[in-house]
Amino acid sequence: MDIAIIVGLDVVSGIASLVLISAGLAVIFGMMKIINLAHGEFLMLGAYATVLSVSAGVNIWFAMLVIAPVFVGLVGMIVERCLIQFLYGRLVDSMLATWGLSLVIVGGTTMIFGNTIVGVSSPLGGFQVGAYQSSLYTPFLALMALLLMTAVFGVMRFTRAGLIARAVMQNPDMAATLGVNPARVYMATFGLGAAMSGLAGGLLAPIAGVVPTMGAAFIAKAFITVVGGGTSILWGLISASGLFGFINQIAAFLTTPVFGEVILFIAAIILIRLLPTGISGRFFKGRL
Amino acid sequence: MTLSRRKFIRNTAAGGATLAAPALIGSVARAQDGPIKLGSLHDLAGPLAATGEPMVYAIMLAVEEINAAGGLLGREVELINYDTQSNIQLYSQFAQQLAVRDRVDVIHGGITSASREAIRPIFSRFRTLYFYNTLYEGGVCDRNTFNTGTTPAQTVEKLVPHAMNLWGKKAYIIAADYNYGQITAKWMRKYVEDNGGEVASIDFFPLDVTNFGPSISRIQAAEPDLLLSAMVGGNHTAFYRQWAAAGLKDEIPIASTTFGLVNEPATLEDAESTGVLGSYGYFEELDTPASVAFVKAIKDRHGAQTPYVSELAAASYEGVHLWAEGVRQAGSVDRMEVIEALETGLSFEGPSGKVVVDPKTHHVTRNTFLAEVENRAWKVLETFEQQQPLDTAAVCDLEANPNDTTHYIIDI
Repeated sequence: MDIAIIVGLDVVSGIASLVLISAGLAVIFGMMKIINLAHGEFLMLGAYATVLSVSAGVNIWFAMLVIAPVFVGLVGMIVERCLIQFLYGRLVDSMLATWGLSLVIVGGTTMIFGNTIVGVSSPLGGFQVGAYQSSLYTPFLALMALLLMTAVFGVMRFTRAGLIARAVMQNPDMAATLGVNPARVYMATFGLGAAMSGLAGGLLAPIAGVVPTMGAAFIAKAFITVVGGGTSILWGLISASGLFGFINQIAAFLTTPVFGEVILFIAAIILIRLLPTGISGRFFKGRL
Repeated sequence: MTLSRRKFIRNTAAGGATLAAPALIGSVARAQDGPIKLGSLHDLAGPLAATGEPMVYAIMLAVEEINAAGGLLGREVELINYDTQSNIQLYSQFAQQLAVRDRVDVIHGGITSASREAIRPIFSRFRTLYFYNTLYEGGVCDRNTFNTGTTPAQTVEKLVPHAMNLWGKKAYIIAADYNYGQITAKWMRKYVEDNGGEVASIDFFPLDVTNFGPSISRIQAAEPDLLLSAMVGGNHTAFYRQWAAAGLKDEIPIASTTFGLVNEPATLEDAESTGVLGSYGYFEELDTPASVAFVKAIKDRHGAQTPYVSELAAASYEGVHLWAEGVRQAGSVDRMEVIEALETGLSFEGPSGKVVVDPKTHHVTRNTFLAEVENRAWKVLETFEQQQPLDTAAVCDLEANPNDTTHYIIDI
């Protein structure tokens, strides 16, 4: 019984971390059709912002939940103005440019902060489930993933800004004739996606090894989740994270981490073969 | 000027080659009575950069010391360092360049066992002397290669019984999923079983695993007395974080053959690392005069951001000095004469103490140390004087088979 609860918590944490690391990518890819290969580096910048703020004496919660997303959001807006705005509709070019950007960010971070592992320790303790122990940080991550999804849903569905954003993504020319400035909306959306990546990086900082190259470990999973989920930002992300997180954690528990990853990737390949447009392309078509 | 397509391609290719050209320290002059050339192949970019950096610093220091003392055979020693960028392909490429184009007299380098096995045959083929200065799984038997790092018989053999005496008989082994981790895990199991213990399970982790939740649950379910870890790299540091976050650090203690090789004690919080046991051929915290001077020389030069000065740096430094002893004794930089001089059992007093070349295996007899993390630094608990490379000696005898070049997977 206890072990079932513990494994259940692992699954929840697996799903929550997939939701968090993929959310920013889902917004940028799902809404703007930009393949952001620098997504992992946005996560890394969020983690660095958190670690550096904490070592400068800032409260860890404030660093994770405010400084990391705001900082990376600003970086995202600058990147959009200087690079991405020239690449809308040019899928391959955007991949090349963001790949270059990721190298620049990794190189720059290495130059400034060195290649050593930095980090902060987890701000919450552990708790006991029968004979087992788990980290309180796990339910906290799940809560944050839930809040983030709710916030995305709320903004997109019920606010004027969300409506405008969706309108611009659907038909920028029509939106422009109605008096919306698409360039500004693109910039804000890209910034928002980057901020979500920054938040994820901040939240991961206490449980990951923070190095300039850490993004590489997350980007493949984030892409699989987003592609598997399809174009619907919210439902695609949630369904794909749920499926892949569940498969990965259960497989890793029952076998070894190696097979956990292998089984996850096989599942992803089968899913894409059966549902080429992703889960949401089939089941949540046209939904948010 | 018209720019034909062909010309454009040629120019672009040349430009690309210039951009890709490696960091070259010093010039590439070639003359018989010019400087003696020491090649170095280490990762200064990519995931292994934090490991490679102090090794290069140590080699630079050794070369400076040799030159300050008047050079070797009246000639200056010139360091030619290529940054292999954590990329095995670049290892092969730069190894050929060092051997064929730069015609260096000796090469020090290689970090992972995978990189060593990529370049070792190249140096055999081009008859260029090679020093591998990293602790590894043991078993390289090659007359052209000298290995100055520790092997499991020198460290794991000390670590496992000590940890078992403290904590109990049932061990759970976790290791990185490539040849170093796989073979080290075998050694761990051997020493656990030799000491009357049992191994609950062995788990391997690819280097990009970041979420250890399910594995931590598995470990708890197995209820071991202690955890033996050979985890490698930045992502794996997260294991110790998640382990401590689950409150397990005080329940199931950890002994490791890799923890602290880069700078885990300094970057993890006190609560996450205190009590972890490790065993290496050198610790930055050693307080012998030679060690203190060595660490000070490196840190003075490279400042506060210098990564931890571990066994890798000490062995690289000692490796260069051992080679220099060989050259002095031989009175020549000729490859065979230097090898024969080193095979007389030359020794060097380095930061870790006395290091002696073992002629049969081309490994070294050296001091090893057992230490515990306390307040984000290592506290050396015990010193084991002059440990021989017994694991490799069991399979390798270069006096009897001078033409052997095998990397033996020691049967355990």
